[in-house]
Amino acid sequence: MELKDFKQRNISPGYIFLEGEKAPENGWQAFQKVVKRTLKGELFVGLWIVFREMIRFDIHTIQYPAEKMEMSPRYRAIHRLLRLFESGSERCIGCGLCEKICISNCIRMDTHIDEKSRKMVSEYSINFGRCIFCGYCAEVCPELAIVHGVEYENASEQRAHFGLKEDMLTPLDTFRANEQKEFPGFGALSDNADEAVKQTPLAY
Amino acid sequence: MFETAVLVETIVKAVIVVAVVAGMAGFATFIERKVLAFMQRRLGPMNVGPYGLLQLAADGIKLFTKEDIVPQNAVKPIFMIAPVIAATTAFVAMAAVPYFPEFTLFGYVIHPIISDINVALLYVMGVASVGIYGPLLAGMSSANKWSLLGAARAVVQMLSFEVVTGLSVLAPIMMIGSLSLIDINDYQSDGLTSWLIWKQPLAFILFAMAGFMETNRAPFDTIEFEAEVVAGYATEYSGMRWGLFFIGEYANMITISVLVSILFMGGYNSLWFIPGAVMMLVKVSFWVFLFLWVRAAWPHIRPDQLMWVCWKVLMPLAVINILITGFVLI
Repeated sequence: MELKDFKQRNISPGYIFLEGEKAPENGWQAFQKVVKRTLKGELFVGLWIVFREMIRFDIHTIQYPAEKMEMSPRYRAIHRLLRLFESGSERCIGCGLCEKICISNCIRMDTHIDEKSRKMVSEYSINFGRCIFCGYCAEVCPELAIVHGVEYENASEQRAHFGLKEDMLTPLDTFRANEQKEFPGFGALSDNADEAVKQTPLAY
Repeated sequence: MFETAVLVETIVKAVIVVAVVAGMAGFATFIERKVLAFMQRRLGPMNVGPYGLLQLAADGIKLFTKEDIVPQNAVKPIFMIAPVIAATTAFVAMAAVPYFPEFTLFGYVIHPIISDINVALLYVMGVASVGIYGPLLAGMSSANKWSLLGAARAVVQMLSFEVVTGLSVLAPIMMIGSLSLIDINDYQSDGLTSWLIWKQPLAFILFAMAGFMETNRAPFDTIEFEAEVVAGYATEYSGMRWGLFFIGEYANMITISVLVSILFMGGYNSLWFIPGAVMMLVKVSFWVFLFLWVRAAWPHIRPDQLMWVCWKVLMPLAVINILITGFVLI
């Protein structure tokens, strides 16, 4: 490799170099350039374009507080903890996978064995100051207990306000009003999950 | 007795012109926001009143109740008087401008012009050039480097374009032989073909460009262009003092629109079946719309390019135009 190869490292093989307009060399060429640009009518093209957009009236405004943006169901916003449909109790079984997989270490859970010798989740919190909304927790959850919601208006006085279990868990009255949607967000099964899953062959 | 009647009539006209033009200037801010919004595929003001129409009132309340701040090191009396100069000159210039053809109201012939002086064009341009003192004094008294730069640009640019304005209207004046705007209007009374825009196309273009410069509008608004000099001469102003600059700018816009309509586009003469007053409204509306349209479409020009185009292109063209007109007249 020679020195000039090193000096041209920034030019890759597919690179097309556009020289642009040649700079005028003498006064006559400069004059020609001015006259050409003056008579070209580029400015009227600009006028026409904005006028066309005006008469098309193709407005892209969302009138925000009255009208909200439709988020994709796969959007990954503040988490939701869901409840079981039959009993209304929490779906979370305290397995700790989300805590384990969380790459920013923002999920903390506390579990204990209750009087029926079942594992119960006593504390569950997500530090949203650290959360990067990667979606791993929702992906890994075996019970579909934690999913990502679609609320994009996150305003509060303190970021810790979002992170507690009571805030993320479906409230009981919402649940009783039958308003917990089964698979609303990221981490949920797709609509055609049943068709996609094959039965386990038991015959071997 | 007769003199009293004239005096009363003049005062009434002056009050009407100031009130109507100030109202139009305020409304123009709303229209400007709407037109710019539509051209950029937005909606503009929508929340105050039906379709945002009361936004004008809301802005007025805001401007009047905002704190009036005078910076510590500013030259206080000059700082405070500068916006008044800008707004008053804009309105004073309208004294010699005819708006509509004369009409009869309750058997009394009304001339919709405050004072028909025979040097109307000279008067309007003279007063408009006094208007430069607004930005100049504002910028120099503000104790702010951006304001000072704005003031310097104001002098350099507006003064230069005064030359172009003066020279460009000289050719039409040579053809008409009068400075009175009414005479200029009557000269073009033979329908579309008698409009001066066909006889003096170059003067028309030069005057239009100079009009954009003098109203300090989009492609040439370098004296308050925020990407370079924050807000130029108006950086330190707040509340109604800033509002006065704003009203002055829009009043100037209306004056220039009326002037261009009268000078080059047939004025308030009726065309085919359309009455003169309607023609005038259409032309002035078109010009105000053009001011907004250009603002939406065109990029700013650099100050050095502006001076280049003024002294090396526009002024020679204006002089050549005068020469040609002179030879043709001889």
